Amino acid sequence: MTTIERPAYKVIGSRPVRPDGVEKVTGKAQYAADPRPQGVVFGKILRSPHAHARIVSIDTSEAERHPGVLGIVTAADFPQAEDKVQDLGEGAVNLRELSDNILASEKVLYRGHAIAAVAAASPHEAEAAAQKIRVEYEVLTPVTNVLDAMREDAPLLNETRHTKMMGGQHSERPSNIAAYNQFKAGDADAGLAESDLVVEREFTTSMVHQGYIEPQSSTASWNADGTITIWTSTQGAFVVRAQVAEVLRIPVARIKVIPMEIGGGFGGKIPIYLDPVAALLSKKSGRPVKLSMNRTEVFEGTGPTSGTVISVKAGAKDGKLHAVQATLRYEAGAYPGSPVGAGAMTMLAPYDLEHVEIHTFDVVVNKPKTSAYRAPGSPAAAFAMESVVDELARTLKIDPLQFRLNSASKEGTKQVTGVPFARIGNEEVLNTAMTHPHYTAPIEGPYRGRGVASGYWFNGGMQSSVVVAVNPDGTVNLVEGSTDIGGTRASLAMQLAETLSIPYDAIRPIVADTDSIGHNDVTGGSRTTVASGMAVYQAGQDVIREMSSRAARLWSVTPEDVSYEDGVFHCLKDSTKELTFKELAAQGARTGGPIAGRASLVARGAGGAFGTHIVDVEVDPGTGKTTILRYTAVQDVGTAIHPSYVEGQIQGGVVQGIGWALNEEFVYDENGRMLNSSFLDYRMPTALDVPLIDAVIVEVPNPGHPYGVRGVGEVPIVPPLAAIANAVADATGHRFTQLPLSPRRLIEELDGGD
Amino acid sequence: MSKHHVITRINGEQVEFLTDPGTSLLSALRDQLGLTGSKEGCNNGNCGACNVVLNGELVNSCCVLAVEINGAELTTIEGVADGDNLHPLQQSFINDAALQCGICTPGFIVAAKALLEREPDADEARIRHWLAGNLCRCTGYDKIVQAVLDAAPEMRAAARA
Repeated sequence: MTTIERPAYKVIGSRPVRPDGVEKVTGKAQYAADPRPQGVVFGKILRSPHAHARIVSIDTSEAERHPGVLGIVTAADFPQAEDKVQDLGEGAVNLRELSDNILASEKVLYRGHAIAAVAAASPHEAEAAAQKIRVEYEVLTPVTNVLDAMREDAPLLNETRHTKMMGGQHSERPSNIAAYNQFKAGDADAGLAESDLVVEREFTTSMVHQGYIEPQSSTASWNADGTITIWTSTQGAFVVRAQVAEVLRIPVARIKVIPMEIGGGFGGKIPIYLDPVAALLSKKSGRPVKLSMNRTEVFEGTGPTSGTVISVKAGAKDGKLHAVQATLRYEAGAYPGSPVGAGAMTMLAPYDLEHVEIHTFDVVVNKPKTSAYRAPGSPAAAFAMESVVDELARTLKIDPLQFRLNSASKEGTKQVTGVPFARIGNEEVLNTAMTHPHYTAPIEGPYRGRGVASGYWFNGGMQSSVVVAVNPDGTVNLVEGSTDIGGTRASLAMQLAETLSIPYDAIRPIVADTDSIGHNDVTGGSRTTVASGMAVYQAGQDVIREMSSRAARLWSVTPEDVSYEDGVFHCLKDSTKELTFKELAAQGARTGGPIAGRASLVARGAGGAFGTHIVDVEVDPGTGKTTILRYTAVQDVGTAIHPSYVEGQIQGGVVQGIGWALNEEFVYDENGRMLNSSFLDYRMPTALDVPLIDAVIVEVPNPGHPYGVRGVGEVPIVPPLAAIANAVADATGHRFTQLPLSPRRLIEELDGGD
Repeated sequence: MSKHHVITRINGEQVEFLTDPGTSLLSALRDQLGLTGSKEGCNNGNCGACNVVLNGELVNSCCVLAVEINGAELTTIEGVADGDNLHPLQQSFINDAALQCGICTPGFIVAAKALLEREPDADEARIRHWLAGNLCRCTGYDKIVQAVLDAAPEMRAAARA
């Protein structure tokens, strides 16, 4: 661990056990598919077999007569949604598109697009009845590839969509290009012309899925008093509540969302798919309704991340990156909103260079509407940029990490948006990587190679709200509203323990439902430990202020005459008077009632973070298999609250990146049918496919956070794609520009190159 | 469709229930018997989240029919701890931070226990090979493999005692 200028902490940096650990290792923890409200019945969704078709008619009469059927819902049961854009959490949502993606009204835009839903006494009856819904389609030609979709003669997903240009104008002709943008600084043409060396390449990545192990599941009860209760798997209970309220046109306060334990999300459990449908089925059937996806529905009907085609032309001058021209084309899926902007804003973050010109295209295709996936937009862009940087460095015979260090961004460096960086740890990360024993060890043997790459993610702030209740026995309840996906109950309780100077074990954190705590934005953007951590810190300060005034009352002094240090309140007027936190907690009733603190905030000052990865591979030229021999991930995390879970986030992100680099892709046939919608065929890494991942923590504290925290979870998925491609290039002498680097691709390109 | 009567032992207790012939063991455990610790990730034997031990063999309960367990001996994640005493694997998973979201954890623990009971000296390579039928998307497997290695000595000591 490399640590820069950090205060001494008591709890932060230790490795206590997580509050939800026992429930999870014994199988008692309740996930979304687990609760069984009394009288619950089961729903099933009917989905489109076509990638692109107009819905001519839907006939539910035969299905309604099927035994056991209690209710059927189609888009006609939704109130007409407004064609307006609203911010309902992480990013803007067009309400009509949101509604249409949940149940299609006029057109189906991808295979797996939901059309109708049935509730019945058993899952089997619901499934059988759903098959009896007759849908007449006018089948249209699908377009499933970003370059095809951009052609002027491409089939249009929406005949009334025109390209939204910079400055808000729209294109004359309708187009699948939903939006075009550009970022410019300096003079890229001139910069390239004066460069010592220019490399130009085009890169392709495939659509990939988050691959969370728990399929989406939602159980809803439309209660007799008109309120709705929803038990669901989500990264943001308040976002579910807001979106269900909009889709069903119901006041927010009438909806209670109970966030269950969540079985992975990685961004994919921010959008809603099932919740309003389950609610309407419950209204029709008069029973609580459980709707769960199977794995194929998850692959075909939820939001993966974009396939991309990215062109980069980059020049080096005086051993540094000097000028870059890039065009990013991202598949948005069925509706606009790919993360192409984030790709453009992150790909050059590791560099300080003068001349930049980036063009971005957000393109709709007949595939599922994409949603966030861990550092959305950044990994594909980094794959392109970091591959080109590697080629520049190697051609110039400069060590690729030294080349990055020569060109490294630092505090004050302007980003492509023009905004200068605050204190960042890019150089510290690069220096740590360069001197790591992995990087200084030789790599030898035929078809073995080493690659490096860097990556960046902004990390988020947004809204958080917490309540801290001090109990008479000195224990503390921490009530928060951020879904805990990977250990944030622990990381928040640790920050509260640090703030209050009390033992971690004295704090019981819970994730409350939407009736029981103020608004909290999604667990996403690596924001929870940062932003809810700021709220916890402020609420802890609030508690200390309140308890100081209670002590002042007991001692007949003013609150300013009370100090708090190491868990003890001291009277500054009389050194014989002191009370421990626990002793004072017991005095609540005598000193003015229950003691509590709270904080609600919009977190500012979230700190962007960098990672640099080193990977050794061996390629088998006979089978095309790439084996990861050794992997080291160096990352600036600001302050590691719980180092074990920080390491876990880094290791998990790396292995998702390994899957993206080597195996994972959505495979489509010419009719837009996904051919590998199972875990067997969509090949995610297993324990056998990866080595131990060495996570090296660098701590350059974030000046915008009371404990210096930066987000952790997203950065580690950014560098692996390029790092592995660069290692394969080193091992084979061949530069691969298309992912995944599957055995078939390797053999084809290596044989073709002979 | 007539129901079948099943009598079986689950986690040491005799259990009787009626089931349709097409119902999977996973579905019977979760929907009829209230044992929701076994998780559904794929329902086709690819992910291991529903692992249980049936007559001493590790199986995916989604790929076994409920009627097949008539007369059998079954251990699920709910039967791994000894009352309030966690099994060494459960303790090492907590201590080593070997879970993040936790949805795959029951399957990993049931599978790892089955391995160490038959091969108490399994090394890292063997553990990775054995656990290749269990998918985890959060941890990158690093801390899971470490937790299994860490639990092994205590399990060996308990087996000798």
